[in-house]
Amino acid sequence: MARLYEFQSKALLRGGGVPVPEGAVASSPAEARAIAEKLGRPVVLKIQVWVTGRAGLGGIQFADTPAEAEEKAARLLGMKVKNFVVDKILVEEKLAVEFEYFAGIVMDDAAKRPLLVFSSVGGTGVEDIVRKHPDKVVRRTIDVRTGLREFEARNMVLRSGISGPALLQISDLLTKLASVARVYDARSVEVNPLVRTVDGRILAADCHLVVDDYAVYRHPDLGIEIAREFDRPPTELERVAYKAEEKDYRGTFYFLQMAEKAEEGRTLIGFHGAGGGGSMMSMDAVQSRGFTVANYCDTSGNPPASKVYRAAKVILSQPGIKGYFASGSGVASQEQYNSARGLVKAFAEENLAIPAVIRLGGNFEEEAIQILGTYLQDLPGRVEAFGRDDPPEACAARLADLVAEGGGISHEVRPMKEPLIQTSAYSFATLTGRISIDHSQCLHCESKGCISACAPRILKVDEDGRPVLAISEPEAKKGKCTECLACELYCRFHEKQAVTIELPIPGLKEYRDGIAGKS
Amino acid sequence: MSIFVDGKTRVLIQGITGREGVVRAQLMKDYGTNVLAGVTPGRGGREVYGIPVFDSVEQARDRVGEIDASVIFVPAALVKNAALEALAAGVKLLVIVPDRVPIYDVLEIAAAAEEAEARFVGPNTLGLLSPGKAVLGMIGGRAQRAKEWFQPGPVGVSSRSGGMTSAIAYYLSRAGLGLSTIVHVGGDSIVGSSHPEVMELFEKDPETRAVAMFGEIGTTQEERVADLIEQKKFTKPLVAFIGGKAAKSGTRFSHAGAIVDGNRGSYESKVGRLREVGVHVVEAAADIPARIAEILGSKA
Repeated sequence: MARLYEFQSKALLRGGGVPVPEGAVASSPAEARAIAEKLGRPVVLKIQVWVTGRAGLGGIQFADTPAEAEEKAARLLGMKVKNFVVDKILVEEKLAVEFEYFAGIVMDDAAKRPLLVFSSVGGTGVEDIVRKHPDKVVRRTIDVRTGLREFEARNMVLRSGISGPALLQISDLLTKLASVARVYDARSVEVNPLVRTVDGRILAADCHLVVDDYAVYRHPDLGIEIAREFDRPPTELERVAYKAEEKDYRGTFYFLQMAEKAEEGRTLIGFHGAGGGGSMMSMDAVQSRGFTVANYCDTSGNPPASKVYRAAKVILSQPGIKGYFASGSGVASQEQYNSARGLVKAFAEENLAIPAVIRLGGNFEEEAIQILGTYLQDLPGRVEAFGRDDPPEACAARLADLVAEGGGISHEVRPMKEPLIQTSAYSFATLTGRISIDHSQCLHCESKGCISACAPRILKVDEDGRPVLAISEPEAKKGKCTECLACELYCRFHEKQAVTIELPIPGLKEYRDGIAGKS
Repeated sequence: MSIFVDGKTRVLIQGITGREGVVRAQLMKDYGTNVLAGVTPGRGGREVYGIPVFDSVEQARDRVGEIDASVIFVPAALVKNAALEALAAGVKLLVIVPDRVPIYDVLEIAAAAEEAEARFVGPNTLGLLSPGKAVLGMIGGRAQRAKEWFQPGPVGVSSRSGGMTSAIAYYLSRAGLGLSTIVHVGGDSIVGSSHPEVMELFEKDPETRAVAMFGEIGTTQEERVADLIEQKKFTKPLVAFIGGKAAKSGTRFSHAGAIVDGNRGSYESKVGRLREVGVHVVEAAADIPARIAEILGSKA
């Protein structure tokens, strides 16, 4: 995750020359004891979670001896705080603090520069403190091309009312803090408190650094597993979704779980948006219609059908949803038939039993609506498609009607089935999957509609009258096959079932088996 | 008139040979945008949809003459270099389409643009469109759609969401209200031309008589528009919708953010500030056309 823990943030500061307390991270009471022994003085133990106000929660403890450190570590590890289970604690030298300050760097969207904030008062409840003492707070934007220069930092600290040796130590620390932020692409970094000890040292006693999600690729050394900001550890299904998306740069698939159960008197549904603004507006519409969204999902940026398919499969891995609502802005620039085909493949595989309202307005919406209407009419659940002239509020109302008409049945998450593919089938790899064509069935097919349905036109009939690639296999794998899914849908609904497209979603099978095992 | 672009704007496409570049070059050219050249380093000498491709922006400029605007479609990791290249060649308007551009790269582009007295729209933008004149980016997807959906007229649109830029513009056109320019300012937290900067351009554009704005929770853009109105730097009628009312008001982790922005960024702050200065804030985006019609009707 792009938010780093305190111990990780401090390691980066230390590397950048910013003084931090001596210490190390522990995952067991014995490790905590060993660290305390090595430090050879009283220690502080701090739970490593993304929650502010840890002291008030009992998450910060002091120990005078290694034995006490071990005992307190045993109490802290395994502690539950909000959505976190504590599995790491930071064990550090206990500081004799004389003064507490505050320092932070955030992005200033008006100035289009990083903004450094320093306050000569800091500590717990810093927002209230600075409201009472606005004269203690100084700020300045940083020119990214020069970085923060020492004299700029010094002038700033002077304005906050600090002089003497601390002035130089703090300005030096701030320039280094700004360069750590820069080197690690930090969207924000915060040191609260920054302390002066009785023996005159200036140290970052706490630190939280958030790496820009978009720059995580530049920092493989940070070991960030999911480059998305969460205010809690990601769920298992969110991990599956992220892995499915990670290496496919065609469009975006974003998935966040929001609720496992509907609130009192409301109905739980799966939500599938397209584009941030349209998704947000559509969520507002369903929520004001009495629905609780199990998840937030956004497939946008002109994603291929395969990506929309994977998103739908992930959404439909949430048990208990009673409806499926897909809606974006209403006038999308992306080719909407891709979204339609992705949904058709997913819904057909699931044999969807709950109602779905799909609002796919925009570029090629007529084709999109026709695809949904033609291919999904035989499902047990009713699927209705709408376009740009149908506002999200009306579509949300329609879903409410359909849920009521259908008696409010819940979606059942079933184990994933492996598709049956003849080992003799003709097959080739695509960017993220594999297409197999059972040629024994093609002999009886007259239309060869898969070839004309193929959007990028990469199929042809060979001398024996069977559909094969018109381009080389490496070309298909590199992305010439756009995974539009049109060949499979055509064959499945108009001809035989000769074409099978496998689009693996690593981890989803195990996830679903887990759910099926529980119920 | 229009803002940012008109039918004469001389346009370059960087990354013209890529997956999106090819498709959107066709959209822009078919729509009537004055696209003169494309650039993909290493692919000079080719043509894409009749547009000559060069190895660098400077080379393109030397061959086809001054470039007013560049639309950038290169992969996110290469955006900074492409943008700096265009600025160095004297291009005064960049439209940066890709998303996932690292924030420090955007800050560097912003610093270079400020120095060059140039503007940029995006990153993470669908671009902008002036009906009947030009489209920069990918609004509409295909030229035929863009021509059908967006009619010329007196209303400006500025939106934080790409899809909603098109949606609001389409609903306005359907209601018989045409558009001067529609701008997707981009979905990221730091963008080159944010709502207030777009409002200042609309203020100066004689053709624009009213503006529709789609805002979202996060950033201080909408609050800064309210500041502009208060300072009388934006005086035209403004109808706004703010998305994200139902979004959980997420735990605020950043003290620094809270110290700097206070409550700014929240739904309540945006709607409150805008209403305070007389902006018409509507509860559903679909209500925008009726409200604009009312305003323009009473002023006609």
